[in-house]
Amino acid sequence: MRVMAQMAMVMNLDKCIGCHTCSVTCKQAWTNRAGVEYVWFNNVETRPGQGYPRTYQDQGRWKGGWTVKRGKLRLRSGGRMKRLAQIFSNPNLPTMDDYYEPWTYEYDMLLSSPLGEHTPVARPKSLISGKNMKIEWSANWDDDLAGGPELAPKDPVLVKIRDQVGDRVKMEFEQAFMFYLPRICEHCLNPACVASCPSGAMYKRSEDGIVLVDQDQCRGWRMCVSGCPYKKVYFNHRTGKAEKCTMCYPRIEVGMPTVCSETCVGRLRYIGLFLYDADKVTAAAAVEDERDLLEAQLDLLLDPEDPQVQEAARRDGIPEDWLSAAVRSPVYKLAKVYRVALPLHPEYRTMPMVWYVPPLSPVVDALRDTGNDAEDAGNLFGALDALRIPIEYLAELFTAGDIGPVRSSLQKLAAMRSYMRDVNLGRETRPDIPAAVGMDEESLYEMYRLLAIAKYEDRYVIPKAHTETARELEELACAVDYAGGAGHVSGPFGEVSGRPVPVAVETFHALKERQTTEVIIPVEAVRVNLRNWDGLGGGDE
Amino acid sequence: MSAKDILLWVVLPYVTIAVFVTGTLWRYRYDKFGWTTRSSQLYERRLIRIASPIFHIGILAVVVGHVIGLLIPESWTDAARVSEDMYHLMAVGIGLVAGACTLFGVVMLIYRRRTTGPVFAATTRNDKTMYVFLVAAICLGLLTTLIGSGIVGDGYNYRETVSPWFRSIFLLNPQPELMAESLPSFQIHAVAGMLLFIAWPFTRLVHAFSAPLGYVFRPYVVYRDRGPHDSGSRPSRRGWERVG
Ligand code: HEM
Ligand code: SF4
Ligand code: SF4
Repeated sequence: MRVMAQMAMVMNLDKCIGCHTCSVTCKQAWTNRAGVEYVWFNNVETRPGQGYPRTYQDQGRWKGGWTVKRGKLRLRSGGRMKRLAQIFSNPNLPTMDDYYEPWTYEYDMLLSSPLGEHTPVARPKSLISGKNMKIEWSANWDDDLAGGPELAPKDPVLVKIRDQVGDRVKMEFEQAFMFYLPRICEHCLNPACVASCPSGAMYKRSEDGIVLVDQDQCRGWRMCVSGCPYKKVYFNHRTGKAEKCTMCYPRIEVGMPTVCSETCVGRLRYIGLFLYDADKVTAAAAVEDERDLLEAQLDLLLDPEDPQVQEAARRDGIPEDWLSAAVRSPVYKLAKVYRVALPLHPEYRTMPMVWYVPPLSPVVDALRDTGNDAEDAGNLFGALDALRIPIEYLAELFTAGDIGPVRSSLQKLAAMRSYMRDVNLGRETRPDIPAAVGMDEESLYEMYRLLAIAKYEDRYVIPKAHTETARELEELACAVDYAGGAGHVSGPFGEVSGRPVPVAVETFHALKERQTTEVIIPVEAVRVNLRNWDGLGGGDE
Repeated sequence: MSAKDILLWVVLPYVTIAVFVTGTLWRYRYDKFGWTTRSSQLYERRLIRIASPIFHIGILAVVVGHVIGLLIPESWTDAARVSEDMYHLMAVGIGLVAGACTLFGVVMLIYRRRTTGPVFAATTRNDKTMYVFLVAAICLGLLTTLIGSGIVGDGYNYRETVSPWFRSIFLLNPQPELMAESLPSFQIHAVAGMLLFIAWPFTRLVHAFSAPLGYVFRPYVVYRDRGPHDSGSRPSRRGWERVG
């Protein structure tokens, strides 16, 4: 047994209102730079829907993640030699169109056009070519089932189910089903991106399992982008380097939750530690039957209260405060103790570490619409059996199609709902409700505290990085904090000679200059966008 | 021997080597962040699917051809009983195919760069200069193959002049007279080649040094930590050392 710690996340999908706050704050923090305009480390997609980049879940086409061949784990896109042979042009790389062509608007037209009869308009301009463009797709074009009958049926998950159960899908869907799926990098235990990187620039931090790209070692082979089945590594087309979600490591190191979690309107994200057995990861990822993967993944997670585990963890250098944080970990409770959280697409065999509590609300809504008591345990259990399609859909997302664990998770949520109604109405509680889902009253109540009350200090149990190690973590920095960089700057000794100016410094100077200036700065001098528009500057009247 | 010959066949080669080596070391030391292929496949995938592999396989074959032709003395192949005719046939055959692939590839790459809007927008002045040097070296190289083989003109055995000169540079015993007596086409190609190598460290071509052969041998998943001797961390930059 080799114990390692993993910083992991759980999202409670029932609470996601699809507001995209997490995406926007993440973008402001990490990808508000040239070269990554099209990049959303955090994105929120409507299911059913095509996702971002479109149809990324169709691994027959994109060849992300791992497969098992004769009991051996290998990347779906081929062995090492095959992948090296494909390095000159990567056959599985999505193009910009598969994400979307980023754009801005000609905001300064609104200020600088002369007084006239018509209201001036700000036309969309491509951020790639600089030309006028027609907006035809975006990171959440099919938000809230927009374009439903035309777009949603191309959802790869739906396609898969349709192949299995026929036309029944469509009807029931439209009647009963829609939810949001916020996604970040999964910080996998068996990361396909790291395995795909020819130069070894991507790595998993052994202290907390965060997966990063070393910007100085990345050579732009762009094999990680296609290697990741979740398409959560992105190519910065200006610097020619890969970038990805960093799990806000500078915040995590000082005990703060990630930006997406902190700003989440639904307060639905949980961050905490897993202890896992690193020796068993490869074997667990290689189990033959896809439907055994969930169980194999759960088996990797060690009980932090087990004295043997604790002893091994100490031996393997996990500090004492991390051990106690692991004991209080909300993600361990939700994933392994209550077993209500499930990993996204375990069949990709990367052992993803962002888990999801599946949404019960679509079922509740459907039940209420039929005029039934939607808080009654019996009704809910019945509905869970009757509403086959939504559950099959969730199963394709979270359990490689195995209905069992999804239903069991939803039943626990249903039980919690119905049991707590009795508590809130001051009625006699019914111990038979938790018993029906294999829980006792006490643990059901605790689960309710964690999921429904969800106090800040219960949602985030993040031990600080140790001061004696913190410096090294900082030096390991996969600095994605440079704007400009390669691309259009040419120094005396070739492109990008010297060190680029960190974004913070550049922005600081730019803003200071604009805020303290006495003269009007001509708008042509800077590209005006929503972020830097400050009302100063104007037309040349 | 004229001053021109000394300049071209003694001074220029050593300047090339000096700039190539120190330039590369300097770039690696100070500009790891800029050391990348700067792939443009994100913008366009149809043309590059064909152009890039053809070009790269061609150019790598050309590199191998140069190594064999320039480094292996004629006396060795003679000793191995490879007749001049046979050697020639092989070299010219393979050389022509590789050269043609390279030329076709590079023309297609440049066509793609020029005609695909976003790719053109992402093309730096540096890229354009690099392509001038690269294409010049490739075209002149093909010309020498045609001339050397006798397809154009009478044929020419460069292994009696150009190759020994090339080796003499590295043996620190330069023999410019050998080069001075070779054909003008070979002379121009050699100069173009040296100019390309002078530009090399300062262009995106440095990506060729990073050919990721280590990938075949390393474990799939890479972990990094500080290890017992801070091995995982880079040293602080000057002025940013930690205090206390
Ligand atoms: C030895 C191993 C090499 C590898 C693995 C390699 C790989 C690559 C890759 C991945 C790209 C990016 C293609 C894209 O846009 O997606 C590229 C571009 C390029 N490579 Fe190489 N390369 C190698 C050697 C060379 C050599 C020896 C040369 C020239 C002498 C060369 C010249 C170029 C050029 C000119 C481009 C730019 C193509 C464009 O216009 O976009 N490469 N290479
Ligand atoms: S989800 Fe993250 S860690 Fe997993 S393969 Fe993709 S980029 Fe790598
Ligand atoms: S901020 Fe929270 S509620 Fe809003 S979309 Fe993101 S995850 Fe959902």
